[in-house]
Amino acid sequence: MLDFRLPAPRLRHALLAVLASLLAGQVSLAQAELSEESARILASMAPGAPAPIAGELVHIPPTLEDLEASSLHPELKRVIRRGHDIFTNTQQYRGKYVYNELNCDSCHLGAGRVPFSGPVWPAAVTLPDYRPKNDHVNNLEERIAGCFSYSMNGQPPAYGSDEMLALSNYIQWLARGVPMYPDAKLYGRGYPRLAYAAEQPDYQRGEQVYQNQCAVCHGNDGAGLATRGETVFPPLWGDGSYNWGAGISRVFTLASFVKHNMPLGQPNTLSDQQAWDVAYYVDAQERPQDPRYTGDVEQTRERYGDTFHKHSLYGLEVQGRRLGDHDNVGEKDFLKPEALRSRSFD
Amino acid sequence: MSKRHTGLAALGACLLACSIGLSAEPIGDPAQGQAAAAICASCHQADGSGMNIPGAESWPRLAGLDASYLAKQIRDFKSGQRSSPTMQAFAQMLSDEQIPHVAAWFASLPAPSLPSAEAHAPALLERGRQLATEGDWDNYLVPCSSCHGPDNLGAGAVFPAIAGQHPAYIRDQLLNWQKGSRQNDPQQLMATVAARMSADDIQAVAAWLSTQPGATEQKPE
Ligand code: HEC
Ligand code: HEC
Ligand code: HEC
Ligand code: HEC
Repeated sequence: MLDFRLPAPRLRHALLAVLASLLAGQVSLAQAELSEESARILASMAPGAPAPIAGELVHIPPTLEDLEASSLHPELKRVIRRGHDIFTNTQQYRGKYVYNELNCDSCHLGAGRVPFSGPVWPAAVTLPDYRPKNDHVNNLEERIAGCFSYSMNGQPPAYGSDEMLALSNYIQWLARGVPMYPDAKLYGRGYPRLAYAAEQPDYQRGEQVYQNQCAVCHGNDGAGLATRGETVFPPLWGDGSYNWGAGISRVFTLASFVKHNMPLGQPNTLSDQQAWDVAYYVDAQERPQDPRYTGDVEQTRERYGDTFHKHSLYGLEVQGRRLGDHDNVGEKDFLKPEALRSRSFD
Repeated sequence: MSKRHTGLAALGACLLACSIGLSAEPIGDPAQGQAAAAICASCHQADGSGMNIPGAESWPRLAGLDASYLAKQIRDFKSGQRSSPTMQAFAQMLSDEQIPHVAAWFASLPAPSLPSAEAHAPALLERGRQLATEGDWDNYLVPCSSCHGPDNLGAGAVFPAIAGQHPAYIRDQLLNWQKGSRQNDPQQLMATVAARMSADDIQAVAAWLSTQPGATEQKPE
């Protein structure tokens, strides 16, 4: 039944909204089970990840080959490819928009397509939306600006610029075929919270996990590895990494990222306990200042506590030192990008 | 430094993981390795370029590979950690002292430009390029370059250059990992990748990598 509903060149790119959606309003959506092919791709795309459950919307985003094969306008294809290029090689803007060693796909693996790795297409179908982090309704460009300002410790390209348009275009194209503002829960979105493990996250155990499973790539000092002028393994802390305002500096987000994506190539192999422990250990290291810093770490933690820092170790004393108690903004020479501003719609 | 190395070796599994930032390898001296390397030339060739032998065991190119990586492999052959009847015999001819020097000798040689003997179908090469540089995430195959470094020319002491290596050797190693007859990779990082590859994938990536320059200097402008 999907073949005629969806303009996808091959069935697998169809999105299959799933299962017994007796929920009003969803009935018109495909009620089919996942096709066998989609289920197979999903299993090989997210090895060891939880399977979709009834009522979840499953979407397998298109690939660049699908783009080539599609009948979109050649100029549109070019801009989507440009967006993909920025997403996977964001370092081309080092010193302009990016002030650390990361690319967008350092955290959104597989060019932002992989479930449980913060796939980016959900943003295109759920925004504009209210975000507690900045307490106003954000559109896709502002969401992208957020990752530039915190995760890349930088500043976003101007709203409406070629770079912004190309990135949003790529993200929107990945969402192809998904209905806007879907009621269903989106399978594999973000880095879904792990259940708490039996023991409280622990620094020493986390350090052990880190040495045994992570240091071979990210280095004993967390600085990663660069060779011949290119980053191979990105830094997990220090000046070259994300700043204290980045979503992944929340222990639960990092624990989930690690569980579902690390060690590279071996997702879902750590126990939940190991993921929490190593996330705690990594979060207990220093990184560039939160762009929302007021000049006082305790005040900043307090101000953004409810919406953010109650989940991070920022401002707390761990292993005898207070984290985030410094003016170090990393490579950049500003604290907060001007693009981050509030809106009131008054 | 060699003292620290012994200490780490005692930690067994921790050796690789812990040693990366520490340069655990004793630094070898190429000049001291040259003489001992003479016995290796019958297979690996005097210039370290090795040989592609599709029907039988190929002799890998050693020239220009990372010295620590090479030394680790020789030690692994010697101890049986990496199994190869051919190489075990030769590794055992080297004393523990000689190993870093011989490794440094081969590391110091310029990477050869391989004769592109076989002609490959464009579609095969394209699939190989994709696997090596972009990956195939629908099968959770991360790009080879995310571990083997830019242009697959190696990253640090643990991830060797695989570009400019002989295709039959690359293929055989991937098959060895699939069969479980090569198991000396840290944290099974390479075994997990190999396990997800089809026979066609292996063929394709081995072919493409072998057509690529084995050193940055050889890259066309
Ligand atoms: C250091 C890690 C990191 C990097 C690098 C990063 N992001 Fe993110 N991104 C996150 C986290 C964490 C979230 C929030 C996920 C969640 O809510 O669970 C996120 C969310 C998003 C979303 C929203 C996804 C959704 O489900 O609505 C988009 C879009 C996005 N990022 C785009 C980008 C772009 C574009 C870049 C590069 C400029 C980038 N990200 C770089 C960590 C990162
Ligand atoms: C085989 C090498 C390897 C191992 C081992 C590894 N990583 Fe990674 N890690 C990477 C690469 C490469 C990326 C970037 C993702 C990409 O480019 O596809 C990354 C990205 C990350 C990121 C997001 C980007 C950043 O710099 O913050 C975090 C966090 C992370 N790894 C944590 C860990 C933890 C914790 C472990 C151990 C449990 C681990 N990694 C083990 C290679 C590795
Ligand atoms: C009779 C032929 C032969 C001789 C002589 C020989 N090798 Fe080898 N060598 C091989 C073969 C075959 C392999 C591949 C083994 C395998 O399949 O695992 C190999 C592999 C290696 C490797 C691993 C390369 C890599 O990329 O992982 C190193 C290092 C090496 N040899 C060093 C030496 C040194 C040093 C000598 C001299 C002391 C030597 N070899 C002598 C045949 C030989
Ligand atoms: C997650 C990290 C990782 C990825 C991704 C990866 N490798 Fe490896 N690979 C390794 C490690 C580590 C070694 C070294 C093993 C050892 O020390 O014995 C290795 C070794 C190899 C070797 C043996 C080289 C030699 O000289 O003997 C080959 C061949 C190889 N890899 C091919 C590939 C190919 C092809 C891909 C992509 C399809 C790939 N690798 C992706 C980690 C990786």
